[in-house]
Amino acid sequence: MTDPQNSPILEARDLHMAFGGLVVFEHLNFTLGRGERHAIIGPNGAGKTTFVGLVTGLLRPTSGDVLFNGRVITHESPQQRVKAGIARTFQINSLFKALNPLASVVIALAQREGRANVSLRSVSREGKLIDEANALLVKFGLADDALTVTETLPYGKQRLLEVALAFALRPQLLLLDEPAAGLSTAQGHELFRQLAVLTADTTVLFIEHDMNLVFRYADRVSVFAAGALVVQDTPDKIRTHPRVREVYLGT
Amino acid sequence: MSTISEPATDRSTPASQYFAGLARWRVWEILFWVALVGLFFVPDANLPLYGQIVIWGLFAMSLDLLLGYRGIPSLGHAAFFGIGGYAAGYLGKFGWIEPISGLVIAALLAGVIGWLTGRLIQRVSGIALLMVTLGLNLILNDVVHRQSGLTGGDDGLQGIEVAPVLGLFRFDIFGRTAYLYALAVTFVLFLLARALVKSPFGLALLGARENPRRMIMLGAPLERDVTTVFAIAAAFAGAAGALLTQTTQFVSPTSLSFQRSADVLVILIIGGTGRLYGAFIGAFVFLILRDWLAELSPVYWYFWIGLLLVVMVAFFRKGIVPSLEALVRRVRRR
Ligand SMILES: Nc1ncnc2c1ncn2[C@@H]1O[C@H](COP(=O)(O)OP(=O)(O)OP(=O)(O)O)[C@@H](O)[C@H]1O
Ligand SMILES: [Mg+2]
Repeated sequence: MTDPQNSPILEARDLHMAFGGLVVFEHLNFTLGRGERHAIIGPNGAGKTTFVGLVTGLLRPTSGDVLFNGRVITHESPQQRVKAGIARTFQINSLFKALNPLASVVIALAQREGRANVSLRSVSREGKLIDEANALLVKFGLADDALTVTETLPYGKQRLLEVALAFALRPQLLLLDEPAAGLSTAQGHELFRQLAVLTADTTVLFIEHDMNLVFRYADRVSVFAAGALVVQDTPDKIRTHPRVREVYLGT
Repeated sequence: MSTISEPATDRSTPASQYFAGLARWRVWEILFWVALVGLFFVPDANLPLYGQIVIWGLFAMSLDLLLGYRGIPSLGHAAFFGIGGYAAGYLGKFGWIEPISGLVIAALLAGVIGWLTGRLIQRVSGIALLMVTLGLNLILNDVVHRQSGLTGGDDGLQGIEVAPVLGLFRFDIFGRTAYLYALAVTFVLFLLARALVKSPFGLALLGARENPRRMIMLGAPLERDVTTVFAIAAAFAGAAGALLTQTTQFVSPTSLSFQRSADVLVILIIGGTGRLYGAFIGAFVFLILRDWLAELSPVYWYFWIGLLLVVMVAFFRKGIVPSLEALVRRVRRR
């Protein structure tokens, strides 16, 4: 028996993944320790987003296994994995455009709490959920925009909502696919500063191209390139690693 | 399932007010239903026509649950209308003449078949969905035509008997009982639909309409919800079909023709989707126009309906009710 407390929270064993003829991963092995704040970096098309897809179940590997808390979840549905404690954000915002942030977060909370079954009970009676949604929007600086239709919000606010929706699930493992993409440098740093506080007891795996953010907020870094995990180490070691310079920094 | 729920601890926050506001009855809503009751008292009112409007409104509302709230288009929704209609017809023909229980049975039967259909289409989307719903409608229509020994074929089902409503109100030739009965049933079903779409489940439907992939990543049982809403929409459509059979003591294959599926879609789009009321406004406009045009040019009235559709889409992209809402909002802001 594996002890979930000591086993890594996430493990990929010998993952093989291909889109038709395009092989993304040959034999990917990856381990993520509990409580880590872990960055994945790598050139465009290295398979970073694909990896998140394999972990969340939106994509299925050709072979190999994904383990969460020491348990094989390769054949579980995305929903089962969410219930187990995995949440993600998308590289490109994936929101409820015609709804407002308040309704969006309430949708997330109702799913988390299993309160979205068929009923004739008005949402307004879900006091706890509404209060929590409110508090969450305050935390993410979206309180003033709670009732504004999402698609009319400025991009930066939509990006915050993207993260807030995943965060609302109170996951054990939060996967952030380039959360700062499209934000200004200042906004990106602000978002990461907030996330560092909010996710203090969550394991976070984030994909990021901005090296300043990576080196500042990650305690470990994985470098993906050409269908493999090239190296995994602390930010300091990564910075000076010859292989990293070669595949990623292009020198 | 636990149903413990409590109002927001702080009722004054905009958040809690927002959802309370969504659930609150508006003055115009009350006026709408009062006006429908009022029609009954207008001397020489064309109650059979108004009864049809109410029934078509209910039918279009059932499609709204599917299309407006969940974003599932169906080209075969008349199948469920017809199933409800024939079920009520057979019941009345073979001795089960009590109308309310007959209506409930017919609606449940349509709901069960809707549930099975939902199981079939829960993974299908887009064009394929249109094909599957259309296909099912055509198959059913064909079966009813072929089995003319059982169904009366094109002549429809004759000799349907309906007992007085609650043992008191006989269906009269002026359509007075029929109108009130249709209105009462429709109102009750409207209340259910209204509560449903304003519940957390209704919100989840909207979420899935807006972004299924995000709903999956929130852990939502998308496929189960599709099946559920399909069953509910089918049951409501079946109730509408049963109402038409009971109030006219007749049902024919046109009730489950493709034409009817197209008509209900047109009604909903004219009125506006995702509003519930759009269905009724659309039914009103469509049937009044049809009635009027049928007198004016009995052969070409579909031409005019077609023209109306084109004009509608050109001027009120989203249908009457949403366009009115936008107008009211603009006026208020001034
Ligand atoms: N659904 C798909 N179908 C076909 N090919 C895909 C699909 N998704 C990704 N790919 C391909 O797989 C490879 C890896 O893509 P992926 O999106 O995982 O890269 P990434 O590391 O996230 O890149 P970026 O930094 O640009 O986001 C790319 O060559 C991409 O074109
Ligand atoms: Mg990517």
